Amino acid sequence: MNRPASGPRSRRSFLTLAACSAVLAGCRGKEGDTGAQAIRLGLFGALSGSEAGLGQYTDMGATLALEEVNAAGGVLGRPLEMVREDNRTTAGESATAVKKLLSRDQVVAVIGDGNSGRCLEAGPLCQAAGLPMVSPAATNPKVTEIGDCIFRVCFTDPFQGAVMARFARETLHLSRVGLLVDASAPYSLGLSSVFRERFAAEGGTVVSEQRFSGGDKDFRAQLTALKSAGIEAVFAPSYYHSGGLILRQARDLGFEGPMLGSDGWEAPELLEVAGRTAEGAYFPVHFSPENTDPLVAGFLGRFRRRFGKPPTGVSALAFDTLQLIADAIRRAGSAEPPAIRAALASTRDFQGVTGRISMDPGRNARKPAVIIGVRDGAFRFLRVVDPGDPGRASS
Amino acid sequence: MFPPRSQRILLAVLAASALLSAFSGRLNPYFLDVALGAGISVVLASSLNLINGFTGQFSLGHAGFMAVGAYASAMLTTTLAPRLGLSANLLQWGFFPLSLVAGGLLAALAGIAVGAPSLRLKGDYLAIVTLGFGEIIKVVLQNVDAVGASRGLTGIPSHTNLFWVFGSAAVTVYVVWGLLNSTYGRGFLAVADDEVAAEAMGLNTTRYKITAFVVGAFFAGVAGGLYAHLKGYLNPGGFSFDKSIEIVVMVILGGMGRHSGVVVAALLLTVLTESLRQTGAFRMIVYSVLLIVLMLTRPQGLFVWPLWSKKEGRP
Repeated sequence: MNRPASGPRSRRSFLTLAACSAVLAGCRGKEGDTGAQAIRLGLFGALSGSEAGLGQYTDMGATLALEEVNAAGGVLGRPLEMVREDNRTTAGESATAVKKLLSRDQVVAVIGDGNSGRCLEAGPLCQAAGLPMVSPAATNPKVTEIGDCIFRVCFTDPFQGAVMARFARETLHLSRVGLLVDASAPYSLGLSSVFRERFAAEGGTVVSEQRFSGGDKDFRAQLTALKSAGIEAVFAPSYYHSGGLILRQARDLGFEGPMLGSDGWEAPELLEVAGRTAEGAYFPVHFSPENTDPLVAGFLGRFRRRFGKPPTGVSALAFDTLQLIADAIRRAGSAEPPAIRAALASTRDFQGVTGRISMDPGRNARKPAVIIGVRDGAFRFLRVVDPGDPGRASS
Repeated sequence: MFPPRSQRILLAVLAASALLSAFSGRLNPYFLDVALGAGISVVLASSLNLINGFTGQFSLGHAGFMAVGAYASAMLTTTLAPRLGLSANLLQWGFFPLSLVAGGLLAALAGIAVGAPSLRLKGDYLAIVTLGFGEIIKVVLQNVDAVGASRGLTGIPSHTNLFWVFGSAAVTVYVVWGLLNSTYGRGFLAVADDEVAAEAMGLNTTRYKITAFVVGAFFAGVAGGLYAHLKGYLNPGGFSFDKSIEIVVMVILGGMGRHSGVVVAALLLTVLTESLRQTGAFRMIVYSVLLIVLMLTRPQGLFVWPLWSKKEGRP
């Protein structure tokens, strides 16, 4: 092995480097630091790494809400402050980030990652500290089962599966459906198992189930198997990067039936990848910009002005998350974690941009789902499915 | 064979970590988490150093061995331990180390399984086989429902403390160091330097390579167990290719086949990612730039002064 001699020069540069990193470590950001008066919230999310889009849109939504709450005079006469921590989309990092938020930053509530796995990692820490954690978009049922400090403002996977089963049966009048499941994503597995159960309960049949692994690019083998099983539609709960390719390849193979997806399909990239083959795709979402509610229109305009681009569903959810926490602090009349937790648990009819939110006894938000259909290369608002009946599946 | 000095150092580190561990309740939980993470990195990097640094093989499957140990020990403490009805103290000080060793042994077994058929391969080919192994482990874990599949394994008790982490780190470094400085261990260096010549001298090179793999995998498994009981949650996604690369970077930055350099690199890189949190969105950019700068200024390894290189490492 080649070993260059290390002279005094390289030693000096090494020391310089060490000094630089020490200086970097020493300068703490002063942004948003408004003294001891501020009520401090924490946010951990995938601000970098493979799901950076999810984390950044979450951060933008929460930031907009934070700025609006502070512009309106804050909460209990005190400004809100938000400490953001990145988990690089990496398992193991969320625990460290949340430990920092809890012990170093002394936050009173935490806004969680939009990914269920990373909330499962951080949730037990918040629960142990007795501090409320609210996830904007973690849809796996296990997340809020961690304990009475963990909340979510989105609907759950079982609820989504039930909504799609009902929609497939009642609106599209389907009776034979094939499943295409991402075996590496609990999200996809959870949704498909509820869909299977509910679709059968409503009188339909799941004819065949095919599996793939997240990151796969070719679905032709699975789609061919589904097609030859004589299905009328495919239900493929997945994220948009798989969803776009599934849509394109299904149409390439000559399958003309409806393609049903999940909220993970809601991204402009789905249309970019699938193009014209996205026609006839249906999926549930948390938030529709076509909603005519003035609250939604106002949010859209303000978000666009602040960040120069339209919000995604997760931005709207994060916006509601922060507003909900602010509302809970206001109702509790205190910024102590136990009081905030109790106020969050008793949330009734909170009017957010993603709908009217009430917390059920399992600390899951009860609110309607919106079904989106792709028409003429755009996501079109189709109908609202209320949690009334299928919501039972989520509790 | 071993100078008594090295054993004294080992005992001193063990005693120091036990002492520190007694006061860990007073430490900030965040700093404690970072310190424990750094200690686990030392175990991982030192064990990989035996394979990649000293024996000259290129393994990209260290995260896979870590995953085997992590899941094995976590399954023991989550499913078997509650049935034994042991007291909390006995669990942490008796059952937990046994589960760590069990995880390590299972990982070592995986080391044999991967090593025996593939170590006849050299260089890039071996790297690809080990990479494949790591991915297979990940995909298998993602599909086995008994260990939580891709949802992850939850509810792992937090038994990991300063004593177990830095104790394991000290033992790992001691074993690797002792192995290399034994008569038998010189064979690893011979394999790295010139495999053909080593074989001509009558060394069973494949056997040396498998031994390196098994010992390395064992400690990676122990590190996995420590990691599982530190985070309290396991997700197969955490044992991807990226994790293996992270460990390889520690070994390369520390100087392939340097004991102290690799230890320092493992500590430094773990603490660096955390201390750069203040830079916010620029964190990973600053981190990558620092890596490049380090590599340019210290290609021979982080912690290799001319004075030291005579005493330590390869002759």
